[in-house]
Amino acid sequence: MSEETITLEVTRYRPGHDREPRTQSFTVPYRKDWVVLDALNHIKDRVDGTLSYRWSCRMGVCGSCGMMVNGVPKLTCAAFLRDHRPGPIRVEPLANFPVVRDLVIDLDDFMEKLRRVKPWIIRKVEKPLAEGEYLQTPAQLEAYKQFSMCINCMLCYAACPVSGLSPAFLGPAAIALAYRYNLDSRDEGYHLRQSIITEAVGVWECTFVGECTAVCPKGVDPAAAIQRSKVAGAKDWFLSVLLPRGGR
Amino acid sequence: MMTAPGSGRPGLYYPKMPSTWWLRHPAYFRFMMREVSSVFIAIFLVVFLVQVHQLSRGPDAYAAFLEMLRSPGWIAFHVVALAFALYHSVTWFNLTAVVQVVRVGERQVPPRLVAAATFGLWTVLSLGILLWFLLRS
Repeated sequence: MSEETITLEVTRYRPGHDREPRTQSFTVPYRKDWVVLDALNHIKDRVDGTLSYRWSCRMGVCGSCGMMVNGVPKLTCAAFLRDHRPGPIRVEPLANFPVVRDLVIDLDDFMEKLRRVKPWIIRKVEKPLAEGEYLQTPAQLEAYKQFSMCINCMLCYAACPVSGLSPAFLGPAAIALAYRYNLDSRDEGYHLRQSIITEAVGVWECTFVGECTAVCPKGVDPAAAIQRSKVAGAKDWFLSVLLPRGGR
Repeated sequence: MMTAPGSGRPGLYYPKMPSTWWLRHPAYFRFMMREVSSVFIAIFLVVFLVQVHQLSRGPDAYAAFLEMLRSPGWIAFHVVALAFALYHSVTWFNLTAVVQVVRVGERQVPPRLVAAATFGLWTVLSLGILLWFLLRS
């Protein structure tokens, strides 16, 4: 009996040579327990060593191997071949990002957006080390925990049509991360962060398509974070108009 | 070195989003329909305002307006507008449950329960208004 195979239609792009990406088909052995990343590794090891893509942990933690699998952003380490039988499986670089080479996308803009929202605990006055750690109750942890599960895989940006249409949009993951720190009981940077995410390219760009949440492999709900930040932003604005000193 | 189309750093390829992006995925299509629904609701409201205005002009003007609304074209529009209004309402209540965090003590009420409550209230109010109309006539 001949070995069962499956075809992958992989996007190739060679910077400096290709004007635009093209598709190359590879036929790989089909294994029930193989994921798309295994198939790509097989191609790189046995068929074409020039194929470029990112991956690291192979267990849904590092967030490196996100690609478009049949048009849907997925971690390729968690996208089983068996779920896409009989194929062919279309493997493309994450949508809405500039392509560096083949399946590798450029992260610079995303990293800049992450930094911009100040994703760390901000204190007005730092407590001396001798006074010990900042304590938190289980309920205070629960308030932001879901939003802290983000692994920066950028699937949400690839799923977000607003990110594709207006590249300046701060985007789901960055806003969800800002929201996570805003909810943290140890943090005092709410107004600083809120002023960044309520700028024109921030939460107000979002039209609540909701696909960021649908594709998140970690169960984070960036769509909720963005809408709740809009509510908070609107509330802050009303308070600033109605109350002396902006209600701060 | 060849520069890829689009703007930005040389060597990088900047993909362009086609204007038909919303036809690529059922979820995008549903989103677009949600957005389009507001157009039909807006037209319905304009028609409704004209109707109120005709009422102020007297029984004859109002009767003539109602006669016009009985034409197949307007009935078809209202059927489509009703379908879009229902779809808009359903998506609205589902999204409200995501946006509005309801807490009981320290615990957050599951969004599904919030959605169920809003749907329940919507149904009760709609039935109440319908009954009120039926009992009056």
